[in-house]
Amino acid sequence: MAVLEILTYPDARLERIAQPVERFDDALRAFIADLEETMRAGPGGVGIAAPQAGRAERIVIVDVSSKPKIKHHGRLVLVNPEITHWEGFVVGREGCMSVPDYTGNVIRAERITLEAFDECGTPLHYEFEGYEARAVQHEIDHLDGLLFLDRLVSRRNDLFRRKVYQKA
Amino acid sequence: MNRLTNHWFMLTVVGKDRPGIVARVTAALYEGGCNLGEASMTRLGGNFTVMLMVQHEGDTASLTRLVATVTESLGLKLHVDKIAGDLYHHQEPDVRIAVFGADRAGIVAQVTGVLAEAGLDILDLQSNVAGSADKPIYIMQIEGRALEGIPALESAVAVLDGKGIQVHLEPIDIMIG
Repeated sequence: MAVLEILTYPDARLERIAQPVERFDDALRAFIADLEETMRAGPGGVGIAAPQAGRAERIVIVDVSSKPKIKHHGRLVLVNPEITHWEGFVVGREGCMSVPDYTGNVIRAERITLEAFDECGTPLHYEFEGYEARAVQHEIDHLDGLLFLDRLVSRRNDLFRRKVYQKA
Repeated sequence: MNRLTNHWFMLTVVGKDRPGIVARVTAALYEGGCNLGEASMTRLGGNFTVMLMVQHEGDTASLTRLVATVTESLGLKLHVDKIAGDLYHHQEPDVRIAVFGADRAGIVAQVTGVLAEAGLDILDLQSNVAGSADKPIYIMQIEGRALEGIPALESAVAVLDGKGIQVHLEPIDIMIG
């Protein structure tokens, strides 16, 4: 196991379209273990995508279980993920290990349905919402050469969600 | 640009808004060998306002000379201060607060007063007067750090109940991926 080097913008390798994984072998699982260790070594990182470690393959890891009071599915290894359904939208603040010292607002689908494979090639089906759905969409963007910088919306005129603190 | 690291200035430009202010001021700085840092530029009540971090190998007088021709020709007030620059250390907000109500004297002082006492460190504040001259509305958006937690801020703003001000607090949950 090893902590891998994280590529940072403007490294051109972050803009490559990642290729589907074809062999679910020990080498893949060893890389995934390193990728997860790299994610957990980052401060506050709840997700990582293989291209961030310089590997142009369609692999992401997400684990938002450290966040209190949200729905989540625990540790997720998603190989060749495909979002098959999007619903709703919400503005939220994102940062990225590949873009140090900046956070910005991005619009994401509120709920998504996803098909993927685990590290052994077993098919997976998930429905994600909220913060976890945001993390998954952010990581899958990396597979298509996109950073959250590509999707920034204004920080100045935030859309307020309906669910706000209301005085009695 | 490291050779200039310790030569940061804050350039303030204010005056009647017109197209081309940013382009002409920054062109003068670029041609004068300056490097720009972070900036906040916005239109306030028909004025255009610029707060701009500038790296410049000289003093306030030489930097003023670089841009004075342009700002004078545009009828803008110019102010230059030497500052301690500090890039790459952004503090991230964890709470967003929206405030609105019929405009009257004292809204900002009252709201920020109770929030400060409850541990709010303001990182960004924008406010606008909207509505019309006979029925003005005050709208303020704040981002900051709740140093004593968001519940402390929620309790604090409860004292504003019945004072004609709506205050909405919302956590900012940053997703780092």
